Amino acid sequence: MDIQLKRGLLEVCVLAAIKHEDSYGYQIIKDMKPYVEISESTLYPILRRLEGAELLTVRTVEHNGRLRKYYHITPLGLQRIEDFKAEWEEIVSIYQFVTREGGDHE
Amino acid sequence: MNKAEFLAALRSELSGLPVDDVQRTVDFYDEMIDDYMEEGMYEAEAVSSVGSVHNIVALLLAETPLPKLVHAKVKPKRPLKAWEIVLLVLGSPVWVPLLLAGVLVILACYAVLWAIIVSLYALDFSLALLGVAFIFAACFQLNSQQILSQLFFVGIGLVSGGLSVFLFFASGKIAAWILRLSKHAVLTVKFHVVKKEAAL
Repeated sequence: MDIQLKRGLLEVCVLAAIKHEDSYGYQIIKDMKPYVEISESTLYPILRRLEGAELLTVRTVEHNGRLRKYYHITPLGLQRIEDFKAEWEEIVSIYQFVTREGGDHE
Repeated sequence: MNKAEFLAALRSELSGLPVDDVQRTVDFYDEMIDDYMEEGMYEAEAVSSVGSVHNIVALLLAETPLPKLVHAKVKPKRPLKAWEIVLLVLGSPVWVPLLLAGVLVILACYAVLWAIIVSLYALDFSLALLGVAFIFAACFQLNSQQILSQLFFVGIGLVSGGLSVFLFFASGKIAAWILRLSKHAVLTVKFHVVKKEAAL
């Protein structure tokens, strides 16, 4: 798959993983696993990029005597998911056009 | 490799980055390894699950712009002493032109790469134009005495047209290769920038 396309898709997947409730790195990877494999070294730059673009915020919570970072989606992040859905509808219709069976004109 | 060794290796590989960035990265992998262990993995297993230090650093550096890395490297780690400032000011006629020359050399390298790509396409365009021009010229030479010269013109026209088609695809490949090479070169420079600090 094209690298830029995959990068964009993974960003939206990460946002979707924290859409309903705040989550942390390990949980995000686990939640995404049934749909898309993502490694820790790939996730980390994505989280940084999303934070830089203000699509998510980070807060530190104490857990079992150590610190854990939770990621929270911002309204901009939610908007990004909505934009993705709209863009994707367009792509799906293009896909249907590309893969349509012959004989439409008969 | 245990967690402490892994995090120390990561820290040393990233030492040229801003202190804050290094700490955040180390914290992220620290937390990740702890989470793996909490799920029942052994320490060594958890460490190997998060990937190699080299891979982590490469992915991170690919995201970090080179100017940011250079800025983090040249920024003094402590406030400068008065004599150091004086020395910097007095030495400016030497280091400012050198720095400027360095920046210009890097810019020139980039310009050369793009110039190669542009000139390849320009050559391709001129070949295509030549092909069309020769075939046109042959058509307008209506003197039947010159059938050989007409054939020659058509031949040259077809050869340059064919060459332009071939060069068009070749240029695309060469341009992609040059861009990949320059990306690789930038990554190598970044590795060098963040790592050298550790050796000092």
